[in-house]
Amino acid sequence: MSACLDIRHLSAVLPNGQRVLRSVSLSVQPGEVRALVGESGAGKTMIGKAVLGVLPKSVRIVEGEMLIEGEDLGRLDAKARRTLIGARTALIPQDPLTALNPSRRIGSQMTDRLVRILGWSGERADTRIRQLLDEVHIRDPERVLKCYPHELSGGMRQRVLIAAAFAAEPRLIVADEPTTALDVTVQKQILRLIAQLQRDHGTAILFVTHDLGVVAKISQRVSVLYAGKVVEEADTADLFADPKHPYTRALMAATPRYTDPLASLKPVDESVLAGLAAEIVAADQAWRASHG
Amino acid sequence: MLLQRFLVRLLTMLVTLFGVAIVVFVVIRVAPGDPIAMMLPPGASNDDIARLRALYGLDKSIVQQFFIWLGGVLHGDFGTSISLRQDVLGLVFNRLPATLELATVALLMAVAIGATAAILGARSRGTAVEAGIDIASGATLSIPDFLWGLVLILLFGVLIPVFDISGRVSPQLDLPFVTQFYLVESILRLRFDLTWDLLKHMLMPAVALALPLAAIIAQLLKQSLKEVLDLDYVVLARVKGFSETQVILREALKNAALPTLTLVGVQFTFLIGGTVIVERLFSYEGLGNMAIDAVINRDLPLIQGIVLVFALLFVLINLTVDMTYALLNPRLRHG
Repeated sequence: MSACLDIRHLSAVLPNGQRVLRSVSLSVQPGEVRALVGESGAGKTMIGKAVLGVLPKSVRIVEGEMLIEGEDLGRLDAKARRTLIGARTALIPQDPLTALNPSRRIGSQMTDRLVRILGWSGERADTRIRQLLDEVHIRDPERVLKCYPHELSGGMRQRVLIAAAFAAEPRLIVADEPTTALDVTVQKQILRLIAQLQRDHGTAILFVTHDLGVVAKISQRVSVLYAGKVVEEADTADLFADPKHPYTRALMAATPRYTDPLASLKPVDESVLAGLAAEIVAADQAWRASHG
Repeated sequence: MLLQRFLVRLLTMLVTLFGVAIVVFVVIRVAPGDPIAMMLPPGASNDDIARLRALYGLDKSIVQQFFIWLGGVLHGDFGTSISLRQDVLGLVFNRLPATLELATVALLMAVAIGATAAILGARSRGTAVEAGIDIASGATLSIPDFLWGLVLILLFGVLIPVFDISGRVSPQLDLPFVTQFYLVESILRLRFDLTWDLLKHMLMPAVALALPLAAIIAQLLKQSLKEVLDLDYVVLARVKGFSETQVILREALKNAALPTLTLVGVQFTFLIGGTVIVERLFSYEGLGNMAIDAVINRDLPLIQGIVLVFALLFVLINLTVDMTYALLNPRLRHG
C-alpha cells in the first residue's frame, strides 16, 4: 500500500538563492500521526504549505517529489492538483482568529468545500456538518452555523475549523500548530479533540509543532527539523527514550518543565547549533556545486 | 441606538446644508459681477437700475437678503431665476434627472471597469498583466475628466464618428416621457430604441467622467485584494480546492471592497462636480450645464438653488456609503 503522503528529497529556495528546505524526505502512513517538530524558522510550516500547494510565491521548489496516495503532485496540472488537494487533504490552521472569513457565516464556510468542490447536495453537506459539530462537542449547532466568526470565541472557532477539516473525510490533514494561538487551558481540550477525531476517522495527520510535549501526546512518529533539514526521524517512544541526534537532545534539554519552570527555561545549546551550522554550510556548498 | 444615530446624522446633514447655503449666498454676492447689469441694455438710467435692483430685493443688506431667501426656502420657494424668469425649484428638478442618470451610468461604468481591472490584476499579480494594468491606470488617472471629454470628442465624434457627442437625445425623435428620467422611463416603457439613442448620447460623457474614477478603483481595490489574498482564510480556501478566481470573488472581494467603497463615495461627489464641465462639453442638458449658464448670467437665485441641490446630493451619497459599509461588514451592524 502506498503511503498517504510521501515527500522525497524536497528542496526549496528563496529568490536570493538561499535554501529553506534541504532535501527533506518524510512519509505519513495511512491513519498515522506524524509530528514535524523544530524551532520557529526551521521550515516546518513551509513543508505543510508545500504539500497543500499554498507556498508563498517567493518560495520556489527546486527539486524533489511529493506524492499523495501515490499520485505525484508535480506531474499534475494546476487544476488537477487543486482538485486532488481539495478532495483528499485538509488543513487545521494555526490561528483560528484569522482563518475564518469575517464577512461570511460559519455555516457556508463549513459546507462550501463539500458542495462546491466535492459536489455534495446542500442537504447532505448540512447533515454532515451537524454531525461533525456534534463530534467536536458543539451543543448548539443551529446558532453556531448562523454566526459570523467574530461572534465566537477562539476555542469555538478552532472547533469549527477542526470539524470542517474532518467533514470531507480527507485522507491527510495538515495540522499547522493548531494549538499555539489558543489559551493554555483550551490547548489541551483541542489537542484531545484532534486526537479523538483522528482515531475515530482513521485520518493521517502531519502535525506541525514546536512543542515536544504535544509530540509525545499525539504522534506515533516524529521528524525533527533543523534549518530545513530532517536531522532525526524515529518512532515517538524511541525518540524520547533514546534521542540519537545531538540537536534532538539539545531540543529536549531546552524544553521547560512544569516542576521547575524558571530553571528549565534555557535556549538550545549553542555548541550543538554551531556544529549543525557548519554541517549545513558544507552541505549547501556541495549542493550548489552539484546543482550549478 | 440606531434611531439615535440616524437622528444625529440628520441633524449634521441640516447643519452642513445650512453652512453651504450661507457660504454660497455670501460668496456670489461679494464676487464681482452684477445681475442687474446683465439684464439692462447699455446706457440704462440710474433710476431704471435702482428700480430693478429693488424689484429683486438686491438693494437690501446681505443679511436681510439671506433671511428673506431662507424664509422662502423653508416654504419650498427657492425664488425666481433672473435670467430665465421661471421658478428655480422647477428649473432644477427639470434638469436634475438628466444629471443623475449621467452620473449613475458613469459610476456604474467606473465600478465595472475598475473592479474588472483590479480583479484581473490581483489574479495575475507579479506578472506583466499586473504591470500593464498599473501603467494603464496611472496614465488614465493623470488625465482629468474634461480632457478625456475632449479626447473622446476628437476620437469618436470627429475622426471615427460612431457616437453622438451633442445633446441628450436625438432632437427628431418623439418622446413619450412624462418624467425627466428619460433613460429609466424608456426602459420601463420597453422603448429600447429610445434607450439605445439615449445611451449613444450618454456614452461619451459618461466614459469621460468614469475613466479617472475607474483608474482609482482599479489601483486601490487591487492593492486591498492583494493584501487580503495573503490572509489565512484565503489560504484555507485554496486548500479547500477553490481556484484563484473563485477565491478572489468568494472570499477576498467583499472584505477588500471596504476601503474602496469609502473612496468611491468621496470620488463620486467629485464625479458629480465633474458633470458641470463635461455636460457643457457635450451640450448635455443637465443641471451642470445649467449651472454654467447661471454663473455667466449672474443668476443669483438659480446658482443658490443648484448649489444647494448639489450639496444635498453629496450628503445623501455620504449617508449611503455609511449604510453600505455596515451592510458589508457584519461587525459594524450592531452597536
